[in-house]
Amino acid sequence: MTMPISKKILFYFLLSISALVVFAPALLAFVMSFMDNKDIMTGSLPQSLSFDNYIKAFEQFPLLKYLLNSFIVAIAITIGQLILSSLAAYAFVFLEFKGRDLLFFLFIATMMVPFEASIIPNFHIIRDLGWIDQYPGLTVPFFATAFGTFLLRQNFKQIPKELREASQIAGMGDFKFYLKVVLPVAKTSLVTLGAYGFLTSWNMYLWPLLSTTNDTVRTVQIGLKQLQTQEQLNDWGVIMSGAIIVIIPTMILLFLGQKQLQKGLTEGAIK
Amino acid sequence: MGYIELMDISKSYNKQSDVLNGIDLQIEKGEFFVLVGPSGSGKSTLLRMIAGLEDISGGTLKINGNIVNHLPPKDRNLSMVFQNYALYPHLTVEQNILFGLNAKKIDKATQKKRLLETAEMMGLSDLLKRKPRELSGGQRQRVALARAVVSDAPLCLMDEPLSNLDAKLRANMRIEIRRLQKKLGLTMIYVTHDQVEAMTMGDRIMVLNDGIIQQVGEPIALYNKPSNLFVATFIGSPKMNLGKAKLKESNLVIEDVFTIPFNHEQILAKFQNRQLVVGIRAEHIPHGAEKDGVQTVEIVNVEQLGNETLISFEVGSKLWTAKWLGQWLVGVGDRVPVQISVENMCFFDEDTGNLIQAATSSLKREVVAI
Repeated sequence: MTMPISKKILFYFLLSISALVVFAPALLAFVMSFMDNKDIMTGSLPQSLSFDNYIKAFEQFPLLKYLLNSFIVAIAITIGQLILSSLAAYAFVFLEFKGRDLLFFLFIATMMVPFEASIIPNFHIIRDLGWIDQYPGLTVPFFATAFGTFLLRQNFKQIPKELREASQIAGMGDFKFYLKVVLPVAKTSLVTLGAYGFLTSWNMYLWPLLSTTNDTVRTVQIGLKQLQTQEQLNDWGVIMSGAIIVIIPTMILLFLGQKQLQKGLTEGAIK
Repeated sequence: MGYIELMDISKSYNKQSDVLNGIDLQIEKGEFFVLVGPSGSGKSTLLRMIAGLEDISGGTLKINGNIVNHLPPKDRNLSMVFQNYALYPHLTVEQNILFGLNAKKIDKATQKKRLLETAEMMGLSDLLKRKPRELSGGQRQRVALARAVVSDAPLCLMDEPLSNLDAKLRANMRIEIRRLQKKLGLTMIYVTHDQVEAMTMGDRIMVLNDGIIQQVGEPIALYNKPSNLFVATFIGSPKMNLGKAKLKESNLVIEDVFTIPFNHEQILAKFQNRQLVVGIRAEHIPHGAEKDGVQTVEIVNVEQLGNETLISFEVGSKLWTAKWLGQWLVGVGDRVPVQISVENMCFFDEDTGNLIQAATSSLKREVVAI
């Protein structure tokens, strides 16, 4: 697309402004994490920059423990989601049974039920199972995902039916076909769903707060909150440095997966 | 007893109207059998039923003497080539070819041997490490064929395998598939909507329309003696010229335009009091010499093919085509004499569409050919 240079300048100017506005809180946090408390409270420009806040964050709180917990939880949820939703999507695409489409629409309809609405029954279940303060309690409720099944079903539907038929003639069963053909062919979407699942569960707040009562399995998001309330006067520098540490894995994943993520989410949208 | 026997096979979806009805058929071992028909005629469904990909609603299917109605595809010992080739996009050519053998747990040494043989035969030796998307249409087609060949199954089913190729490549592949089939002694069932493919490749052809068998026979028999109007118009290009006709005294009147003297006493009786449709092939309407049955017509279209010239003219409401050998410099609007003779005509019953009398000249030609 070509446009006059004056228009271009205007556009870029507006874009830069809005980018700055959107990015300001993150930028502020980044700068604050290197400042000492006095400067932050008086709202003056930093006199000196140091890593003290980071060192403090690791010393005062079991941040590593939280990070580890978050990793375990996020990875478990990601893997669980990938396995369950790909199997469900396979059934919705390749297996023929009565009422399949109806069942699928019911399944999709659950996407409209907000998570908050199911939080109490979910809590009752994990409490009765004795899963409070345990990894299964944090992860298992998120394994089944209507969105993931939907995404993968759309993708699997693009696999020509003849591939299944050819493999039937070759004498290959459903499970083997799923493993050897469907999963490799739908790799992009699996990566997309994986990244999406990881990010969502990494950023989870409400559920880990409810289902944990002590530090053993607590995730990093709850840990951050604790940084804030431990003392009367908030030590903002430390909180911000903690926040910066927490977003690092997210950033890495986004940078690595950006292309794949975009490709996967828009795949099938235009064709 | 044939190698494949279909006895009163029918297919219906949701127990409603039949897609296929009363299919009785025998296919011999080593035969190249072509199923041809317009789209929606049920030919692919029939093939998929033989393959076991589609349930059989009624009737019995036997392969090699055994009833296989309820056998899954893998136990029917057959291979299949699909229209879109159905190559696994994430596997290399080599892995694609060996896919079936792996599933059947054949040992590695045998696999290797068969792979090399097949790749050699199909001219794929240099492409084994490539992915399907790096291949041209013709090469993909070859891989799909190789996959069928390597399985060593005695029966091969093909579902419009050439329809994604361009015309030139298609002509090549026709010959190649035919040679391959003869060389390996495969029994082949080949589905196509292209009557040229059917004519050129098949040992025998079955014409299917609306789920009902129209005619089964050798290509030439179908061409010369089409058993009804559908087969007459479906087989052959340009299609057979048709016109309504009746007998008036000893003249045959076609579309109220042509009046041709008719003096074939022996078949006259068959035609009395019947509404007729006459059919005549384009190549049987030559430029008129001074003989019986010369008519003068006005040309409405000319197609120059180089070695022959197609001339279209109106007969009543119908458009007829004549095929003249060589190059004729005639133009639209010219009036030319054409010869339309009774011995080249096929006669059909107008109500049923069935053949009453095939062209008498074709009977003579068959004798000459032998």
